[in-house]
Amino acid sequence: MMDEENLKQIARLAKIELKEEEVKEFSPQIRSILALFDEIDEVETEDVKPTFHVFGLKNVFREDAASPSLAGEDAIKNAPKKERGYIKGPKIM
Amino acid sequence: MNNVMIGLEVHVQLNKLKSKLFCGCSTDYQDEEPNTHTCPVCLGLPGALPVVNRKAVECGIKVALALNCEVLEQTLFYRKNYFYPDLPKGFQISQYDFPLAVNGKMSIETDRGEKIIRINRVHMEEDPARMIHEGGIQYSRHSLIDYNRSGMALLEIVTEPDLKSPKEARRFLDKLRSILEYLDVFNGDLEGAMRVDSNISLAGGDRAEVKNISSHKGVEKALSYEATRQKNLLRRNIKIIQETRHYDEERGITISMRTKEGEEDYRYFPEPDLPPMSVKSWTERLKDEIPELPDAKIRRFVEEYGVKENHARSLTSDIEIADYFETVCKSSICTIPRQKVVRRAREIDPNMAASWIVDVLKGELNYREMKIEGSPLTEDKTIKILKDLSSGKITEKNAVEIIREILDNGGDPEEIARRRGFGRLDRSETEILVKKVIEENPKVVEDYHKKKKRALNFLVGKVMALSKGKSAPKDVNELLEKYLCED
Amino acid sequence: MKNYFKDGIKGFRHFVEDGETEEATRRLIDKIKENRFNAYITVCEDAVERAREIDKNKGDGRLLGMPIAVKDNLSTRGVETTCASKILRGYVPPYDATVVERLKENGAIIVGKTNMDEFAMGTTTETSFFGSTRNPWDEDRVPGGSSGGSAAAVASGECIASLGTDTGGSVRCPASFCGISGIKPTYGFVSRYGLIAYSNSLECVGTMGSSIEDASLLLDVISGKDSRDSTSIDPTLYRRSSEKFGKIGVLTQFFDGVEEDVLKHVWNAIHKLEDLGIEYEEIDLPNLRYALSSYYIIAMSEASSNLARYDGVRYGLRGKDLAWDTTFSRIRAEGFGKEVKRRILMGTFSLSAGYYGKYYLKALKVRNLIIKDFEGAFRKRKLDAIVSPTMPYKPFKLGEKIEDPISMYLSDIYTVPVNLTGLPSVSIPCGFSEGLPIGIQLIGRAFDEETIINIAKIYEENTDHQKKVSGLL
Ligand SMILES: [Mg+2]
Ligand SMILES: [Zn+2]
Repeated sequence: MMDEENLKQIARLAKIELKEEEVKEFSPQIRSILALFDEIDEVETEDVKPTFHVFGLKNVFREDAASPSLAGEDAIKNAPKKERGYIKGPKIM
Repeated sequence: MNNVMIGLEVHVQLNKLKSKLFCGCSTDYQDEEPNTHTCPVCLGLPGALPVVNRKAVECGIKVALALNCEVLEQTLFYRKNYFYPDLPKGFQISQYDFPLAVNGKMSIETDRGEKIIRINRVHMEEDPARMIHEGGIQYSRHSLIDYNRSGMALLEIVTEPDLKSPKEARRFLDKLRSILEYLDVFNGDLEGAMRVDSNISLAGGDRAEVKNISSHKGVEKALSYEATRQKNLLRRNIKIIQETRHYDEERGITISMRTKEGEEDYRYFPEPDLPPMSVKSWTERLKDEIPELPDAKIRRFVEEYGVKENHARSLTSDIEIADYFETVCKSSICTIPRQKVVRRAREIDPNMAASWIVDVLKGELNYREMKIEGSPLTEDKTIKILKDLSSGKITEKNAVEIIREILDNGGDPEEIARRRGFGRLDRSETEILVKKVIEENPKVVEDYHKKKKRALNFLVGKVMALSKGKSAPKDVNELLEKYLCED
Repeated sequence: MKNYFKDGIKGFRHFVEDGETEEATRRLIDKIKENRFNAYITVCEDAVERAREIDKNKGDGRLLGMPIAVKDNLSTRGVETTCASKILRGYVPPYDATVVERLKENGAIIVGKTNMDEFAMGTTTETSFFGSTRNPWDEDRVPGGSSGGSAAAVASGECIASLGTDTGGSVRCPASFCGISGIKPTYGFVSRYGLIAYSNSLECVGTMGSSIEDASLLLDVISGKDSRDSTSIDPTLYRRSSEKFGKIGVLTQFFDGVEEDVLKHVWNAIHKLEDLGIEYEEIDLPNLRYALSSYYIIAMSEASSNLARYDGVRYGLRGKDLAWDTTFSRIRAEGFGKEVKRRILMGTFSLSAGYYGKYYLKALKVRNLIIKDFEGAFRKRKLDAIVSPTMPYKPFKLGEKIEDPISMYLSDIYTVPVNLTGLPSVSIPCGFSEGLPIGIQLIGRAFDEETIINIAKIYEENTDHQKKVSGLL
């Protein structure tokens, strides 16, 4: 089920701050999308394996060899905030 | 503390690999500038994709086998979804329903003998970035992030709650570390190489999780603090709630971070960018690459060298020390095949070597925070010292002095002994001193003839003082009695 | 004025040989900047410079001098890449997607980054932060999506061919709506390295051109195993027999929901193929009616995780710094558009505690059943291809469906099964109605792009729908 309270809880989990009007707008839309999702309820899948890779590919590895990292400023040039080579994140507590 | 239950989740960095778990960035970043060992993959740049390091999986299997686990037929990477500033993708690639291996066990030595700790699972995951909080985590106005650590291969080793005291927890970690180093997949000296989350509960209470402790000593302290805290609550009839706590290393206390209601919903699902793995068939090959592990080595040391069990245990807790011991013991018999009868041919008694390495050398190394590997006291030097000691060329005190000087300044044992005048005087040299002492102390000699027992002791002391302790006591006694009788 | 783009890649090659690359590229860049259809988000200013070098030094490469447009969810080193989202504005990748690398290695000139639905979530290119792209056949209509900019750029002569991406029809739908050819290759046939993820297990990089020949040449250049993408595949290991049966299956399911003139032109095409010696039979796949629901569950679940990385720390939009979780929540609230938010919320919900088995895991099982349906049809009925309308409708008016997500999702009914099964598929024009193009979709066996491309070529050679697009150029 998805009422406005559930929606707010999900939004907290997804780290998206919703405005009150968005909650109002999204709730019915999300309920109708859920109705679409629920259509698969009726499929019998007890003996069916889930598809983890569409062609059953498995065991793909690389060898343990070091290759060049990004050069110079490339690693941090897109960071909006930085200091002395570190990327600056928000505070923890 | 008879009703304490402790379970550990140990995160071990596979820091002997050349590259990270999912990208080719070098793992050799410890002394480097921040964010210099990064690429689109470990920075979580849009569009980058992970590719699994084969060797990391092999290391994981070796550890799993060493912990007597069962490697699963199919193993999958999952995404563990949560937000945190140190997590570049908003999820950690980890494992969940199909971990690498399950159902293992490891024994530890406790005050009441050997005890089995069950291992729930061993799984692989990637390390998040490292954060720095200037001025402390509670006061810092922002976090500084270094992604050099991001994407390092981690193994998470999860125990059942079989540990009954903080001390047992520490024993477990010590033993685990030694196994990992035996397997050559891990260097425990590097910063952040092993990090522990621990669950602790008392009978009748919910469990608390203490997160992210980075030293074995820290684990013991944090758990002791936590056990006492919980006991006090129970005594006052306060209910213990399930919560996550942070260990404040400086203050030695644990602080509440979040309670169960605030617990994350990780929304695990299989990582679609990584096809499933089927690696159980690798185990046969990898088994052959596993060296003799501590338990087996203890048994062999006792049997083959006849050393005491507590010595064997101490020698084997560090593979470098164990190898060092064996090199020292084998030195004198290298031309003779390894047979039991050979023991008689050894120039160095293994028991003596064991006791010197365990009781003296390990202490001197610890005091200097040195490792035996790479120290100036190479095996051949120790062999020389122990041989001279056995043959009476130097005293025990001399041997300790030589070991200390080599550890501090390097040098050759023989040269040090010569320079510092170590070694026994021979009988004729002692004879001169004895004559001198008798000549210079007529009063005491007189006393001796009046059967004053203390007089002999006094003269012995005088001779020893003159020889700076280098005369053999047997020589001194015999010669004194000889010349006093002649008198 | 000389029309450089009328005859596709083959025609343009003469201009390159004659040393006119710079002139043609300069004119093209000017035309892009007029921005008539809002097909581009970013123009590559160095394109003319590159063209001059080619005129001077010649060189080789199968795409030497070709002005190619690239969808804005493909990473381009040194060129802003936004996924049409506010949250990624200003982000300049320090690396090239493998497909972009391969284009460059083959001498192509990247002329710009094309408009799209935000993070490829849409069927109309209306969810772009930079405004809708317009359909070159009728500027009041949508070009389809999500690769609407890449399709409109080809149809309007603002490039010679383009790259799009296809998660649930995002190459084929706009190809159909813009009257051009689009190829969605087999999953794993083309590297996804550098493709900014929406739904990893479904999406592919695809190609678009004014003819199937151009689209398939582009595909040939960008495809092949890539060691940086664990899901990319060496096709020679997987391709099954290329035995030809001369028969196609017509997916007649859901035909009652298809617009009448669309259906008419699709049948005409099928009959034309029959005239050309390709038999058909009608087929019906039992689990296909669950394709939409399982598709959207998988896509939104994966999206909710893929889009978690947009937190303003390493790139993109950043706001005022408060406690970290508030900071993240506000950046994401401000940076994502409505459709993206809806899909993240849905995906977050369907993966949350207690729902994983009901939604995501179950959808993976239904996916397996749909894969078996297709395999069975190809094998038992000995089919070379399965055909259907690409879209059930002609291009609709801008704004017509954008407020009604469900009716928008339903228009993907023929395209999403292809992504669930990983099969290759092409869309080519098969007629026009009321001046608007109509597309037909051909679905092939895994790694057998060749067969459906050949059928498309035969059809193209014997009809003149494809030639109509050059009328626009
Ligand atoms: Mg973990
Ligand atoms: Zn990296």
